[in-house]
Amino acid sequence: MPAQQVITDKLHAAFKPASLRVVDESDQHAGHAGARPGGETHFRIDIVADAFRGKSRVECHRLIYATLAGELAAGLHALAIHAAAPDENAR
Amino acid sequence: MGIEQFIDNEVKNSDVVLFMKGTPQFPMCGFSGQLVQILDYLGVPYKGLNVLDNEDLRNGIKTYSNWPTIPQLYVKGEFVGGCDIVREMFQAGELQGLLKNKGLAVKENAQA
Repeated sequence: MPAQQVITDKLHAAFKPASLRVVDESDQHAGHAGARPGGETHFRIDIVADAFRGKSRVECHRLIYATLAGELAAGLHALAIHAAAPDENAR
Repeated sequence: MGIEQFIDNEVKNSDVVLFMKGTPQFPMCGFSGQLVQILDYLGVPYKGLNVLDNEDLRNGIKTYSNWPTIPQLYVKGEFVGGCDIVREMFQAGELQGLLKNKGLAVKENAQA
């Protein structure tokens, strides 16, 4: 299964997001130290879920990193994250 | 000295510490480069530590902060965030406020 689908599925299962967008930006990092043949190293995640309400930015990102710990250990190199609760400003 | 003790000393002995890939003069990663630009723009003195020089440091900092990616910014011994968080804080003026609250001078005209 493509990493984009795995990440999307895991985030859906963990956070029941009101909205979720996962974009593979690996081609923007080709040649960079974290890149690898075949890509799937760099993703952008825009997620809105109640789970993030009242949490700091660091707490929100840590929740997402924890959900994707297996992928990060297996070659996923970097995530650009915007996480917010519904009605909160994106952060 | 273990790597955790080394990191602990570094973040407590300098007001602002950036764990990055490359150096402030020659960032080797776009995300690290963005934080260098922000810190330079704010005119805040900081210490840059190149994790590419030291595999123990590269892995150790991820454990130390419970944060799996680099760059990582510390102010007065506290983990502030990675690239996205620091950039968003800068754009919202929150980073400038945090630095001032910690007693660190920020260039007066440095607005987001």
